Amino acid sequence: MRPGQPFIRLDWLVDNADQLARRVGEQLYITLIAIVAGFIISFGLALLVRRYPRLGGPILGVAGTLYAIPSIAAFVLLIPITHLTLWTAEIVLTSYTLVMLVRNMIAGFRAVPADVLEAADGMGYTNVQRLWRVELPIATPIIIAGVRIATVTTMGLVTIAALIGSGGLGYVIVNLGILRQFPTATIAGAALVVLLSALIDWGLAVVQRRLTPWSRALEA
Amino acid sequence: MEFLRDVAAWYVDPHQWSGRAPLPELVGGTLLLAVLSLAVALLIALPIGLYIGHTGRGAQAAVAMANIGRAVPSLAWMGIAYPITTALFARAGHGLMPAIIALAALGIPPIVTNTYAGLREVDADLQEAGRGVGMTEGQLLRRVEVPVALPVIMAGIRSSAVAIVATTPLMSLVGANTLGDYIISGLNLSDEVQVFAAALLVVLAALATEALFAWLERRATSPGLRGGAHAASAGGALRPQPLGTES
Repeated sequence: MRPGQPFIRLDWLVDNADQLARRVGEQLYITLIAIVAGFIISFGLALLVRRYPRLGGPILGVAGTLYAIPSIAAFVLLIPITHLTLWTAEIVLTSYTLVMLVRNMIAGFRAVPADVLEAADGMGYTNVQRLWRVELPIATPIIIAGVRIATVTTMGLVTIAALIGSGGLGYVIVNLGILRQFPTATIAGAALVVLLSALIDWGLAVVQRRLTPWSRALEA
Repeated sequence: MEFLRDVAAWYVDPHQWSGRAPLPELVGGTLLLAVLSLAVALLIALPIGLYIGHTGRGAQAAVAMANIGRAVPSLAWMGIAYPITTALFARAGHGLMPAIIALAALGIPPIVTNTYAGLREVDADLQEAGRGVGMTEGQLLRRVEVPVALPVIMAGIRSSAVAIVATTPLMSLVGANTLGDYIISGLNLSDEVQVFAAALLVVLAALATEALFAWLERRATSPGLRGGAHAASAGGALRPQPLGTES
């Protein structure tokens, strides 16, 4: 920080509001792609485990191992293959979501009581009907809990992806703030990440209550 | 293949061993920073976790804190700590100090939550038996609750340690001497070989930390707790606890 400079310069925030808005947009866009891709892959894997329960252990094991790779290293290790493109960031971010999403999807399906399944079969539901009308509604709260954690975690990892040039709020924290010794940008970027994560987490909680109105009645 | 040969050549290049930022110094700096940060995290998190776990007071605050901790990314901790330390301490606020603050902040939540959860899981009968034979609260904590909860507490310390080691390179951004120096200068120079070689060392360091603490965890488990119910719950991969449904 240059001497004599105020710690937080509100005028900079006002002057750069459009740049900050653009970075927030990038942050959300990168996060959204990873969560959607991760959700689709995880759902496929969870259906596989629903059909073949023995696959649960190995699938969770692989997802857990992927998650254990340090994120900075993971971004960087892919560079020789995918170079400094958005692909590098999205491949890493998507693989990190798997462990949280698959785990909760499997747990969600397992949370369906056996007699409920039997009742559905007894009423003549086909396998697909049972999945959509019985199992998924019951599993939804647990699945969305997984999506909430995965989203908040991904938001944090997206900031680190700024190191390999994918933009987002990490760019504000590092390139505008830390590298230029300009605390206003650093703190604004960090605060926006936390604020955005909290908002999305809250929004998903609301979605979950809307989707499963009966779960509130059960809690009470 | 040629790329991997270049990476191997990078490790043995004399330039890495004697240049301005030699490899041994940066590896040492990475480990030093990780050890100091974990020590600070332990000093803060263990007393809090033990207090909450033993008394049951402030549990909600602990869960809330852990959730916030999960939501604040390491880069944000660093971004918040760095301007403050440089403003307060000028040159001394550069490098190690903001790095330790950010990494300790990252490492505290898993230790607090696991210490708390471990102590809460201790059988109420055991506590009663301890009180019945005339143990003081301190003795109860030290001789009964902590030994029984130790595997869970150690698991928290392990995830904290791995997260700290894995994030250490990021702290080169605030002036700490770590392997991240190679990654950042490599990214600036588009030197993929250097970036890859340094990142590989970071992965190895994280794996080694994981292995070390897994071993400590096994050693810390009292013989009376090995096998039986605890062994079954340790194989948790088959019966996964869903995440984020505790509250």
